[in-house]
Amino acid sequence: MQTALRTSLPETELATRANFAPHARVVREERPVQTSGLPLSIRGLRKSYGDNEVLRGIDLHIPAGQFVAIVGKSGCGKSTLLRLIAGLEKIDAGSISLGDAVKPEDIRVMFQEPRLLPWARVLSNVEVGLGRDRASSDAHSRAEKALTEVGLADKRDQWPSVLSGGQKQRVALARALVSRPRVLAFDEPLGALDALTRISMQRLLERVWRDQGFTAILVTHDVAEAVALADRVLVIEEGRIAHDVVVNTARPRERGSAELAGLEGSILSHLLSADDRT
Amino acid sequence: MSLIDSASLPRGLRLPRVDGLIQWIVPLAIIAIWQVASVTGFVPTRVLPAPSDVLLAGWKLLLSGELVRNIWVSFCRASIGFLIGGSIGFAFGLANGLSQLSSKLTDTTLQMVRNVPHLALIPLVILWFGIDESAKLFLVALGVFFPIYLNTLHGIRTVDPQLIEMGRIYGMTDGELFRRVIFPGALPSIFVGIRFALGIMWLTLIVAETIAASSGLGYMAMQAREFMLIDVVVLSILIYALLGKLADSASRVLERATLSWHPAYWKR
Ligand SMILES: Nc1ncnc2c1ncn2[C@@H]1O[C@H](COP(=O)(O)OP(=O)(O)O)[C@@H](O)[C@H]1O
Ligand SMILES: [Mg+2]
Repeated sequence: MQTALRTSLPETELATRANFAPHARVVREERPVQTSGLPLSIRGLRKSYGDNEVLRGIDLHIPAGQFVAIVGKSGCGKSTLLRLIAGLEKIDAGSISLGDAVKPEDIRVMFQEPRLLPWARVLSNVEVGLGRDRASSDAHSRAEKALTEVGLADKRDQWPSVLSGGQKQRVALARALVSRPRVLAFDEPLGALDALTRISMQRLLERVWRDQGFTAILVTHDVAEAVALADRVLVIEEGRIAHDVVVNTARPRERGSAELAGLEGSILSHLLSADDRT
Repeated sequence: MSLIDSASLPRGLRLPRVDGLIQWIVPLAIIAIWQVASVTGFVPTRVLPAPSDVLLAGWKLLLSGELVRNIWVSFCRASIGFLIGGSIGFAFGLANGLSQLSSKLTDTTLQMVRNVPHLALIPLVILWFGIDESAKLFLVALGVFFPIYLNTLHGIRTVDPQLIEMGRIYGMTDGELFRRVIFPGALPSIFVGIRFALGIMWLTLIVAETIAASSGLGYMAMQAREFMLIDVVVLSILIYALLGKLADSASRVLERATLSWHPAYWKR
């Protein structure tokens, strides 16, 4: 195992070496007008757990403010990739660069479980998201603003245990948003929700992404969700990015439209054909 | 019958009144039956004195000041022993829950000592300390130590690791992580330990005071036995029960106050 490496490469160098995944294209018109997001460059990323080689060389460039979805079979390393990007695991080889002067508050992760503190009221759970700014005088008002953004301002003084699954996940979103992150990584955040709640949460995710312009990386097992939300869908197979599909459909997108359904079908057939081969 | 008329009352009015009364019905009925059985001679007073006799004995001891003095002595022993054993148990529980090194160093030893019933040490403790105060404190502290230690340790070890990871992601320092995630997460289990320890505290004290003491409730009961004062013996037993109930209620109040976030503690 090599030593961990989290270097910062100059953007220009990366841009000129166009040796990323074969289909990688920049989709400018789909991004929010003004972006606070950070660009993300991954080169030769590898990660193993013991003998299990999970990621076998990931090369990827995500322009600032893009919404990327990652799909793949269960256990193919989607969560691992996300955890590496968020700095929760050590890199075996390769590099991940997020531009310069990145603060911890700039990258936030949202998981399938809301991970709220059951013994803290909703508002103070959101304040946790401020990181080192927790003690600042405007902590309260910032947390309240984030709660308003997810439509839960009236729940500020509740215990998390009285909230529904969708509401808990919205509090978790407010906590992730309150520090105005520049990269937001989602690990199947809607996986545990019922179908209707999931659709309204998808709309919410899209809206906050458009409002705030962070770079969004969404891991999901739902291909329909991926094509409905993302500018670009990555399919991971055997530890590499096997397909890089651009979704050019204009927003707001109409769920179930022929165009999205066609894309969904072709991505699904990629996934299934990989299944047949193994 | 009361279900129907109380249902028409607002909730807030109904609950406390009925709740407060209902739990005393059975004890009061038992005392009434006991009194009748004694007065009619169904139960000979040499076996069990009537409640009124017990009350009378209590009143006499109260006037002489003996009762208050003995209760005070026992209460002090119980609480000092509890504080000493409880804080050492809590400290070890914290250390071994938070540090691998500390756990490797001491946990096996402590688990071995746990298998010795602490009351079996009484002869040894009398040899060491005589029937001095320290003998009783030592036994109570030892008895209280293990439930607090084990439950603190268990509480800390079972805090949701996903919450701990969340705390780290959001930049909590070690101190904040302990204060905001680990300690609150371990608290329900710590309270289980406290309640358990309170029971052991009284049990240990009763045994220790009846065997080796020159004051306290247990001593009062043993003295009374020598003089065949069965009413005083019964009185001491009842006071132990009352003190035990009091300690339990106090810990319940504390539990309710600190675990108000927990749905299990909300009004049924
Ligand atoms: N902490 C870990 N230790 C050992 N193996 C792990 C660990 N995390 C993930 N793995 C393994 O890595 C592989 C990819 O896991 P993951 O990234 O969670 O997949 P998914 O695509 O379903 O999110 C799986 O085979 C899993 O068993
Ligand atoms: Mg996963």
